[in-house]
Amino acid sequence: MTTQYEGRGPSRQTLTRRQLISRSFAATAGMIVGAGFVAAPDAAWAYEATALKPETMATLIRMARDIYPHDRIADEFYVIAVKGYDTPEAAPGIEAGIAALNAAAEGAGHANYLAIGWEDDRVALLRAMENSAFFQQIRGGLVTGLYNQKAVWPLFGYEGESFSQGGYLHRGFDDINWL
Amino acid sequence: MVAKFDLNDDSVVLIIGTGSGGGVLANELAQRGVKVVSLEAGGRYLPEDYLNDEWDSFGQLAWLDNRTTSGDWRVAKDFSGLPAWIVKAVGGTSIHWAGASLRFQEHEWKARTNYGQVGGANLLDWPIDGAEMAPWYDLAEAKLGVTRTGDRPGLPGNNNYKVLEKGALALGYKEVSTGRMAINSVDYDDRLACQQTGFCFQGCKWGAKWSAAYTDIPKGEATGNLEVRERCHALKIEHDDTGRVTGVLYADKDGNQHFQKARVVCVAGNSIESPRILLNSASAMFPDGLANSSGQVGRNYMRHVTGSVYGVFEKPVKMWRGTTMAGIVQDEARLDPSRGFVGGYELETLALGLPFMAAFLDPGGWGRSFTSALDGYENMAGMWIVGEDMPQETNRITLSATATDQFGLPAPNVHFDDHPNDVAMRNHAYALGEAIYRAAGATRTFPTPPYPSTHNLGTNRMSENPRDGVVNKHGQSHDIANLFVSDGSQFTSGAAENPTLTIVALAIRQAEFIAGELSRQNL
Repeated sequence: MTTQYEGRGPSRQTLTRRQLISRSFAATAGMIVGAGFVAAPDAAWAYEATALKPETMATLIRMARDIYPHDRIADEFYVIAVKGYDTPEAAPGIEAGIAALNAAAEGAGHANYLAIGWEDDRVALLRAMENSAFFQQIRGGLVTGLYNQKAVWPLFGYEGESFSQGGYLHRGFDDINWL
Repeated sequence: MVAKFDLNDDSVVLIIGTGSGGGVLANELAQRGVKVVSLEAGGRYLPEDYLNDEWDSFGQLAWLDNRTTSGDWRVAKDFSGLPAWIVKAVGGTSIHWAGASLRFQEHEWKARTNYGQVGGANLLDWPIDGAEMAPWYDLAEAKLGVTRTGDRPGLPGNNNYKVLEKGALALGYKEVSTGRMAINSVDYDDRLACQQTGFCFQGCKWGAKWSAAYTDIPKGEATGNLEVRERCHALKIEHDDTGRVTGVLYADKDGNQHFQKARVVCVAGNSIESPRILLNSASAMFPDGLANSSGQVGRNYMRHVTGSVYGVFEKPVKMWRGTTMAGIVQDEARLDPSRGFVGGYELETLALGLPFMAAFLDPGGWGRSFTSALDGYENMAGMWIVGEDMPQETNRITLSATATDQFGLPAPNVHFDDHPNDVAMRNHAYALGEAIYRAAGATRTFPTPPYPSTHNLGTNRMSENPRDGVVNKHGQSHDIANLFVSDGSQFTSGAAENPTLTIVALAIRQAEFIAGELSRQNL
């Protein structure tokens, strides 16, 4: 099942894994980057970038996961968290920020940020730029962009509102049994 | 029958703000037959309107007007434009409060006497004491339906409380309970009992928690003596050439300005806005602002020593289920300078949903240290520290020289530096909170920095001598007889307790005083 984000790019069709691979020109760091799109290698999701370069989008998604890494949270939630930057207004700043990140990666002897294999090595680059406006823009945006997605709440066990079910008075507000 | 008063009716008492201070005062005056016009900057939201979603609710209720911060407190770094987490709505922050309703301890009324001279602190005794306040506390507890007072039973403990209780008892603490809460444990005053729904901070959708929004305000309106003008933002208090205040200039929801005449003006806009409007009302006669001959308007800003401790356990706690402030450890609220600080603190359970936990657990934090903590969210328990902070003259609300609000008036700057006593207390509380959770089996604990202030106190303080403060023991300004302060900004010192019960008790007492003075033709 492919998640196709509405209103992004000309094609609203669901891409198959085979179609994705055939259209791609890079498969790196767990993502497939093609002409105008970024996708999961298993075609679980695909994002058609409009204002950002697809490589930039892929790097931004990787950066988002490196800032707030949750191994049980799929990439598509990070895509949702950062796709708001794929606009003509936001894109120049994001392109410049990612270019700086790639330059830092090159300075550390890597081809680019996405080519760095170990998270610790990528995080070291992020630590060096954590006071930059770009880093703080991305990090600050993720606090709500990632954690305020209702779809991720169950992955943390969080149940959200309970008023519609009458609260927890009869549904386990005091059900702790291991103390 | 909701009253409607003419702008030129100069017989009314005008109250700025409708929260725990102003909202209660309005109803109590209306019940005594006094005509009241209340100006409320926010809109009217009732239980059916409240949103059990943290960010959506924040957008609905929070006071988000332009404010600036300075000082060494962590809030200025983490939330530079949001010094306070308070509400702009009919009912004010009584919609948001968690419900903890504790009386001051006797020694706390006389902080200067009992704590002695504390360097850098501007301690002062209240001009009132526990004996004076006892009957007013009785009335306040009955109004709010406080549990474990009168014949009202305590609330049951939720999972978060049970963890706190286990750890605290293991460390030998004795005063551990589900506390005294203005949350119904049984149906009371036509309000339902608590359904353990959580989201106490977002407004209680059952109305089980007391809020002026759906108790005192409609009760006052039902008398025919109270008119609440919502979305009406007070701009300036004016006075005549005898120095008596004559009314208030305000902007309505469309930005049109009006002047309401009044016989008495009561300021209850919370400890940031109340001194701000006094300062913004400066005139040729009162060049330093109204009621400010002491120079104390805006000073001695207190916000309680706060912080949180969260612990992660091996198995689920689901702390968000049920009452947000579900229990308390009170043993450390005592005065015991041998701990390295004066004053005391309470530890109270607190729970945040995942969205706010991400924002508040370690503001600015990122990487696996941060995310592995959130990965333990379901297994987390939480508590909040609330302790007495030292009043300092330099901790103050001032008018910004550069920032303005939506009306073009100078925005308030909130300056706060931690006093060494505050730091010592917070560190003591962090260590104890972590020890409590370790004793209950926590595998990891987090000393979480303070959130934007909800307990804003002290900026128009009460004093026996006009030289030392802004208002007398009735909240009446020393300088201007028909100008009162009716909110937490009256507080001479902060005590260790959550302030709402004391604000309500003072408001009831003040209503009795104002009604009496009106009938005696003294105002």
